[in-house]
Amino acid sequence: MSVDSVFVHKMWNDHELSKMLDGKDIPFPMLSDQNGNIGRLYGVYDEESGTETRGRFLIDPDGIVQAFEVMTPPVGRNVNEVLRQIKAFQLVREAKGTQVTPAGWQPGKKTLKPGPELVGNVWKEWNPKQDLDK
Amino acid sequence: MKEFEAGCQRPKGQPKPAAAEPAVVQEVQKGEERKMIQVGKPAPMFSAPAFYQGKFVEVDLEEYKGDWVMLCFYPGDFTFV
Repeated sequence: MSVDSVFVHKMWNDHELSKMLDGKDIPFPMLSDQNGNIGRLYGVYDEESGTETRGRFLIDPDGIVQAFEVMTPPVGRNVNEVLRQIKAFQLVREAKGTQVTPAGWQPGKKTLKPGPELVGNVWKEWNPKQDLDK
Repeated sequence: MKEFEAGCQRPKGQPKPAAAEPAVVQEVQKGEERKMIQVGKPAPMFSAPAFYQGKFVEVDLEEYKGDWVMLCFYPGDFTFV
């Protein structure tokens, strides 16, 4: 979503983005927010420049915001990190509070079971040397 | 997603009155502190015009209930990163 019109979205898709996708269209809707009202609702509209900052929001199947990240324009985002977060949120949602994903968790890696026994004992279960990706 | 006719009038994205509390939009004036939404709280609902697979369509966030959604804002088309 940006303040560009749907016409400009089409031109960007046709003349640049599709060339990164072997001629295929962008596989998701490119939304237009020309008056910035939706950006204001999400807190990412910059009144001074009249544009939206790089804000990314994860919304769960119940319509609840689970995560967001907002960046200034010159640094691009990391899709792999977004996918990792979605997988982590899906796992904890499925587990209904019985599992949590520690820092640096990747799909297939160990989760933690929160409870009285774990208090003060995380060091036995999780070690930055083994469990954090380099 | 409903397709719409491309005319010369600017199609407008709209926060949804029920869930979106339009008052929030009016509160945000130039120079005022910007309000950030909170995690663990409902996402503000909206509908917005979009370009999707060669067509101009209306996208309503409400229709995505039941799915995981990644909503991305960016400064503008043709910005480089």
